Amino acid sequence: MTYLAKAILLSATLGLGLAGCSSMSPNRFDNVTNLNGAAGAGSGTASDPASPAYFQQSVGDRVLFAVDQSTLSPEARLTLDQQARWLLANGDYQARIEGHADEQGTREYNLALGARRANSVKEYLLTQGVPDYRLSTISYGKERPIEICSEEACYAKNRRAVTVLQAGAGL
Amino acid sequence: MRHLALPILPALCVALAGLLAPATPAVAQSGPLRIEITEGVIEPMPIAVPNFVPEGGEAGQLASQISRVVVDDLVGTGLFREIPPSAHIGAITSFASPVQYADWKAINADALITGAVSVQGGQVNVKFRLHDVFAGQEMGAGLQFTGTEAGWRRMAHKVADAVYSRITGEDPYFDSRTVFVAEDGPKDARRKRLAIMDYDGANVQYLTDSASIVLAPRFSPTGDRVLYTSYETGRPQIYVLDVASVGRRVLETGQGDMAFSPRFAPDGRTVIYSLTQGANTDIYRMDLATGQSVRLTDAASIETAPSFSPDGSRIVFESDRSGTQQLYIMPATGGEAQRISFGEGRYGTPVWSPRGDLVAFTKQSKGRFHIGVMRTDGSGERLLTASFLDEGPSWSPNGRVIMFARETQGEQGASSLYTVDITGRNLKRVATPSGASDPAWGPLQ
Repeated sequence: MTYLAKAILLSATLGLGLAGCSSMSPNRFDNVTNLNGAAGAGSGTASDPASPAYFQQSVGDRVLFAVDQSTLSPEARLTLDQQARWLLANGDYQARIEGHADEQGTREYNLALGARRANSVKEYLLTQGVPDYRLSTISYGKERPIEICSEEACYAKNRRAVTVLQAGAGL
Repeated sequence: MRHLALPILPALCVALAGLLAPATPAVAQSGPLRIEITEGVIEPMPIAVPNFVPEGGEAGQLASQISRVVVDDLVGTGLFREIPPSAHIGAITSFASPVQYADWKAINADALITGAVSVQGGQVNVKFRLHDVFAGQEMGAGLQFTGTEAGWRRMAHKVADAVYSRITGEDPYFDSRTVFVAEDGPKDARRKRLAIMDYDGANVQYLTDSASIVLAPRFSPTGDRVLYTSYETGRPQIYVLDVASVGRRVLETGQGDMAFSPRFAPDGRTVIYSLTQGANTDIYRMDLATGQSVRLTDAASIETAPSFSPDGSRIVFESDRSGTQQLYIMPATGGEAQRISFGEGRYGTPVWSPRGDLVAFTKQSKGRFHIGVMRTDGSGERLLTASFLDEGPSWSPNGRVIMFARETQGEQGASSLYTVDITGRNLKRVATPSGASDPAWGPLQ
């Protein structure tokens, strides 16, 4: 099954709860939690604290970065503290951290910058006790913006690292 | 993944129409018909290209199409302007008959190109002569090209290449192809696939589908292979694609989270690329035959976008080791790097010119993007373009023209390919069927 097919399946499973989670524009790339077909009973509602939907909406699945930076702001650390607590309480999930950049930059550099951002998040989660084998990183550089205007309001949301849950920790 | 087969390119053979002429195309002779390409403003040379004479009934349409492509190539350089056929006094009805130079002098044509086209058994034959109107004589020997009917545009490009070379003294570049990333869809759902086309945007063919993100293809020195980056396995990896068969294999870069920004060495047997491990990105070099790789940089900063010098002895790359993206040059075996960019702003995507004397780059300064060139010691920086987002220069095979991608601003923003002369003149959009980015200009065919 392709990533997209899984995404469609998952969106269907989780219902509309995800659609409005992060922005006004149709958020085509980020609003998907890849459950790898393992969505169990109760995982689909944001009111269930053990659900990926809860992780995404109530814990907060993303942190934002300043221009050209990969250091974590105090606000980002608070979000990641909660992410770490959630991951430690819900050991069935792995987390894939996706690093992104805004469109102001060259393609290659932004790929490397996205990797730095994803890695900042990973390193922080490690310090909070999430085991290394449950965390992976990937960079999309400037290839996957969620906001499409060419203004700082959009850029700020695109300079992000998103923690995407995947079922099946410790395989 | 689905692939579309590419037709085999026609084998072009070159023969001499003239008697006892030299065995290679003549290059510019000394004489009045000459364009020196300098940075000053130049007046385009007026040329007349009467429709090539069809020899045989089937050749009529092809003769006219070939004449048009010859004109488009030459006028497209900004160095020539066409005197339209409607203004011609004389007519060329036979390729063999003597030219009445007075007819062409009267309309102030400096150069006259005459030609003839014949078709036989699916093979097309194109002959041409270049005339220096004011000297009243031919400039260089007549040439003819033979190839398949499907490859007629290549023969037109060959004619234009010969004319361009004779008049400017520069190496030709029209008979070349570009590999690039074709883009569809809005900014937040963009689909990308690899595509290849003639340098002028004709004959677009797709090399991959758009199931995965593909980035930054690069031609091998002979144009037979393309390196590119794809997310096909879920993370960025480098692939080597055979252009004729469209077969491809992943480059086994071993440990690392992602491999990207590949480029061939001038020998075609070595590849340089970036490998990211954790937060760190460095430059590596791999022998394609053995798969053995060597790490060339070892810094905690981002080192990427490497490009070889034409002699293969040095590598220019970008690094943010100073705090911002800047350009550096190191030996091809790694070792100490010299910073060459010192202007205001950030510098990235350096590409060494085929002549070896210049480095083209992307510059970001005060919220604008530029394509520029500098000498390899960092002196003589010149910015050739300015826009919301210009990026990723690639050199024409003769080092005279740079192709790059320009993305427009805002929610409807889209990317297109442009060319600009290294003098900064003649900025032009390359027509593509959809959005386009990451161009890589291939060698002369």
